[in-house]
Amino acid sequence: MSASFTKSTARNIFYGGSVFFFLIFLGLTVDTTMAVPSHNAKAQLTDAAVRGKKIWETRNCAGCHTLIGEGAFFAPELGNVYVRRGPEFIKGWMKAMPTNVPGRRQMPQFNLNDAQLDDLVAFLKYSSQINTNNWPPNIEG
Amino acid sequence: MSNATVAPLPASKATVNDQIKYRSQAVAKPYFVAAIGLFIGQILFGLIIGLQYFKGDFLFPAIPFGTARMVHTNLLIVWLLFGFMGAGYFLIPEECERELYSPKLAIITFWVFLVAGALTIVGYLGLPYNVLAHITGNDLLPTMGRGYLEQPLITKVGIVLVALSFLFNLSMTLLSGRKTSISIVMMLGLWGLAIFFLFSFVNPNNLVLDKYFWWWVVHLWVEGVWELIMGAMLAFVLVKVTGVDREIIEKWLYLIIAMTLITGIIGTGHHYFWIGTPGYWQLLGSIFSALEPVPFFMMTVFAFNMVKRRRREHPNQAATLWALGTGVMSFLGAGVWGFLGTLSVVNYYTHGTQLTAAHGHMAFYGAYAMVVLTMISYTMPLLRGREANSAAAQKLEKTAFWVMTLAIVGITLSLTAAAVTQVSLQRLSASPLSFMETQQHIMPMYWARFGFGLCFFTGLMMYVTSFFVTGKRES
Repeated sequence: MSASFTKSTARNIFYGGSVFFFLIFLGLTVDTTMAVPSHNAKAQLTDAAVRGKKIWETRNCAGCHTLIGEGAFFAPELGNVYVRRGPEFIKGWMKAMPTNVPGRRQMPQFNLNDAQLDDLVAFLKYSSQINTNNWPPNIEG
Repeated sequence: MSNATVAPLPASKATVNDQIKYRSQAVAKPYFVAAIGLFIGQILFGLIIGLQYFKGDFLFPAIPFGTARMVHTNLLIVWLLFGFMGAGYFLIPEECERELYSPKLAIITFWVFLVAGALTIVGYLGLPYNVLAHITGNDLLPTMGRGYLEQPLITKVGIVLVALSFLFNLSMTLLSGRKTSISIVMMLGLWGLAIFFLFSFVNPNNLVLDKYFWWWVVHLWVEGVWELIMGAMLAFVLVKVTGVDREIIEKWLYLIIAMTLITGIIGTGHHYFWIGTPGYWQLLGSIFSALEPVPFFMMTVFAFNMVKRRRREHPNQAATLWALGTGVMSFLGAGVWGFLGTLSVVNYYTHGTQLTAAHGHMAFYGAYAMVVLTMISYTMPLLRGREANSAAAQKLEKTAFWVMTLAIVGITLSLTAAAVTQVSLQRLSASPLSFMETQQHIMPMYWARFGFGLCFFTGLMMYVTSFFVTGKRES
């Protein structure tokens, strides 16, 4: 680097650039926050779905699964599982765990009651209604 | 240095350490020891989940995958935080040319953090997660159950208090001392770390907004403010081991972190392609995150350039090796492997696959694990009263460097092969296989990853052993 390019020039680029791009980011965040409801007009965040989200979180579901591609990569994507499998399959699956098939990946039994299972399904229904710009590429997630 | 003719000092009263400039820098030592201890724990749980990938019922139901993974990732974060804190307590007094504001507070903070961290891990392993959530107040303010932020509310509050105590201590030191660019960048990074962690308390019911602000912690940490901390630590060590003029090193530091934030802030958009956010993020996220490798490449050039232009031969060659290594591996892991999946047209197929795991492993190791190990490598001999370790100890440390680093390359390549298989069978195929069917085709890659994981653990044990190797000191 040439001698004319001084440390204080570099420092000014750092402070100026960081503040400038952070302000743009804040502006984009405001725009996104306002656009989210209309962008996701089909997603029904019902009371049951809100309760279901708490169940999702307090059973650490994202410790194994992805939800719209985020989480862990040990078990299937669940953002679209409501569409892929349907509500009754999901509830039956939860009740049947663990499979105890030797060597196969095991999912714990969470002992959810029927109301909790309905809430969880409502949450997964809600997540399947989010406008993901057509992700995933196919139903398998 | 045999002192056989001199009466030994009482064991409890160590001799004055003339290798550190300020006595209070010694508080860094327990932080580094704890960091290495937790690092070992992180790798052990990594081995458990690596094994569970192909032997699915291993340790089930005692330690299900989700629990072990949470321990693995949380220990990673916590040991890196211990490393950053130790680095801060060593670096800031030295740069500011004065004693730490309160060494006593630093030690109290250490024990609070260690005990809180240990209790959290015990909670993860000993209680069902929903019970842990219930008894720790998650119903008051639900924050748990999201990746990396699984900690109970009381632990999160504890982390904030520990961070405030740490930042108060360092800021008071900085305010009344010499203000160098390195110390200011370090403090900016650490304050940023604490401020963005506050978004871990933001958990809207709306899943889109939940995900949106979750990234304000995760992305703005590792692809934002943590890079300031990394840059400052690397610059500090390079000043010491190369003797290159501080003005030159600090100019590089500012340029690197300028590029980091100019690309990385809007680069957050590469997480906003598919989560229910507007489509413009695909363009913005792709462009800016495609530039994110630039600061990491500069980090590599910086490290090699400074070592090439060195004005002294520092006896601690291991520290120099770590400094060069973190430059290269952060570029490969964060820069190159990050770029592989970052363009929205590619990410459409790779999002949520093993490619993320491949990138994550090499990036966290290359950037953050290695820069903490660079700092430990440089400071621990000083904290133990010598300029550098013996030749034998350094040889073992350097061997450990190569074993761990090559093992991470192996892990990353195995997971990349897993990702290619997963994307082609489950995403690109005209008749896509289900997730679990696809996993069956990936088993050999998971075996390979586990093998490299064992290599990594071996390297880590060699690294730990290097602290106990004595041998003749180089004068």
